[in-house]
Amino acid sequence: MSANVSSNLAAMLKIRRFEEQCIAMARAGKLPGHYHVYIGQEATAVAACAALKPEDFLFSTWRNHGHLLARGASPGKMLAEILGRSGGYAGGKSGTLHLSANDLGMPTTSALVGGSLPLATGAALACKRQGKGIAVAFFGDAGLEEGAFYESMIIAQVWQVPILFVCENNSIPPKDRKRGQYTSSTLPAQRLGDVTQSLQIPSEAVDGTDLTAMEECFKRLTAEVRNGGGPRFVEVCCSRWPGNIMTWPELPGGDWQIDWAFGGKPDVDAMVAWLSSDPLSLYLKKQLAAGALDRTQIEAIDAAVKKEMTGAAQFALDSAFPEASEAYRHVFAAQESAL
Amino acid sequence: MKITFAEGLAQAIYEAMAADSRVVLIGSSFMGLNMTARKLMEPAVRDYSDRMLVTPISELALAGAGIGAAMCGQRPVVDLGTGSFIFQAFAQVVNEAANIHYMSGGQSKAPVTFYCLAGMRGMGAAQHSHRTQAMLGQVPGLQILTPGGADDAYQLMKWSLLKSQNPTVFICHSLLFTETSELDPNEPMLPVGRARIRRQGSDVSIIASSITVPRAMAAAELLEKQGIFAEVVDLRTVVPLDRETILKSVAKTGRAVIADECHKSFGVAAEIAATLAEDGLSFLKAPVRRVVVPDVPIPFSQSLEEELTVSTEKIVAAALQVLGR
Repeated sequence: MSANVSSNLAAMLKIRRFEEQCIAMARAGKLPGHYHVYIGQEATAVAACAALKPEDFLFSTWRNHGHLLARGASPGKMLAEILGRSGGYAGGKSGTLHLSANDLGMPTTSALVGGSLPLATGAALACKRQGKGIAVAFFGDAGLEEGAFYESMIIAQVWQVPILFVCENNSIPPKDRKRGQYTSSTLPAQRLGDVTQSLQIPSEAVDGTDLTAMEECFKRLTAEVRNGGGPRFVEVCCSRWPGNIMTWPELPGGDWQIDWAFGGKPDVDAMVAWLSSDPLSLYLKKQLAAGALDRTQIEAIDAAVKKEMTGAAQFALDSAFPEASEAYRHVFAAQESAL
Repeated sequence: MKITFAEGLAQAIYEAMAADSRVVLIGSSFMGLNMTARKLMEPAVRDYSDRMLVTPISELALAGAGIGAAMCGQRPVVDLGTGSFIFQAFAQVVNEAANIHYMSGGQSKAPVTFYCLAGMRGMGAAQHSHRTQAMLGQVPGLQILTPGGADDAYQLMKWSLLKSQNPTVFICHSLLFTETSELDPNEPMLPVGRARIRRQGSDVSIIASSITVPRAMAAAELLEKQGIFAEVVDLRTVVPLDRETILKSVAKTGRAVIADECHKSFGVAAEIAATLAEDGLSFLKAPVRRVVVPDVPIPFSQSLEEELTVSTEKIVAAALQVLGR
């Protein structure tokens, strides 16, 4: 088993097991508030972050857990934050919606649709002026429904700043929508990249279920951006996971099973159908077919990931809730009050 | 050295750009359509045009880009043009910039300056005459600078560009450009968060900021001719608000007139009146008076706009009223 296969598998599993943990904690009443999970999109964050350098900046959305984990954030500190505990990245002030890790080049996370696009464009301006790094903006297809998207594209192109716009399109194709079902995107464009091409920003689409294809795509696009090519746009065509519903995420068929890559089937039809477009299952099957790894190795990696997640949960639950006085801190950063 | 408000601004911007290469101008029409004042920006254009970015008319994303660049190591100032245009950028100014330090638990900061040429400027009509300091005062995390004198235009702008570590809205008033004041380059700057006593007095405190500062000063001149000594408190910054100096002044004079160009309800003057009611009631010999803009949109016609304007005459009348004359 190559180091790459092993690390890809571990990185994707880490995200999946983390999200399953979140759902379990919400069910147990330990995770308050609204939250979003990244199940079914793991390969995107893993492939994109593999192409990045420490000096690069990343911007995410309310669906940020996968981006942070792929960037190397601590699952324990993330989970503590998600539970509103003092040991979290923001000491309990951000929760899941604004989860950020400045040390990892993720200075803030906007939970507004399109909110991070202007910020990422500005980060790219800073990179250009400082002569190092690029910015990557992850956002969903609904981001294109906001004016901020168009303004950011124009500015990024006029300024020729080093930014990669990564649109993770996880919407349901219109033909699959049932009457009354929540639709996440109502954009009248066949291919999202058509929109940016009209502004002379090169674009392409990539299969969000194919980790290998995305590795090549992100490696090439980040190199173009890094070499002064200006902005790039990529539409990642994801397949929406059945548990991703309008209200609270659900876990149809229970936790993901390794056995599902070996002929076993979940007891929920929608999940059975979805597994043929699950990036994790597909990657496993492909590596198995190529003889790159065996079941024992997969089980060992999964066991290690699960152990890490159990530790993260323990860390989060052991972390105290913040003191009341903490509510008043960090309104303003410390500064000199005169010249 | 006597300088004008516009000279102070231009000089602050030039000196800040010279002092720190991270200072970058996202838009640079600081003087609006005032052609004389625009000439003052020529040295900056000559020496630092590489740090003056070409900007499409995209207030939302320009504000956001300023925030993003600030978080990642730059010190940008975003020229939002006419003050009313900040509404196009509200999602970024109010819901991103103001929250970043707090919601990251202190991990990140955004030292960006948003520049607005705001106020009732004469025939601006309803969509180009806003003063947004009261609305923005409801947004914890934003600093709101409202200079009313040339000295503060220079020092507050320079401070914002070089020293501030927080998102700042710099509210400039185009009718202030020709106001002059003395500026001693060797004198230490009055710290941000401290109001400036522009004129000492014993009979009534006139609390002002931005455009109402010169009008309050003129009112104090007229009052003195009647033997009334008014103290003029120039707030300089609405956030932070120097409640201590306000209370101290009213403790001395016993009477307060608050002159402010925001609308009456929920305004800057309302906040100051509330402060006096909560913490200064025992000082007051008469009810406070607000000289503010009535709660109506700003009309185009000169005679209608004048009816609503916070004028020197209205300030004088309010002072006489609190003095029972």
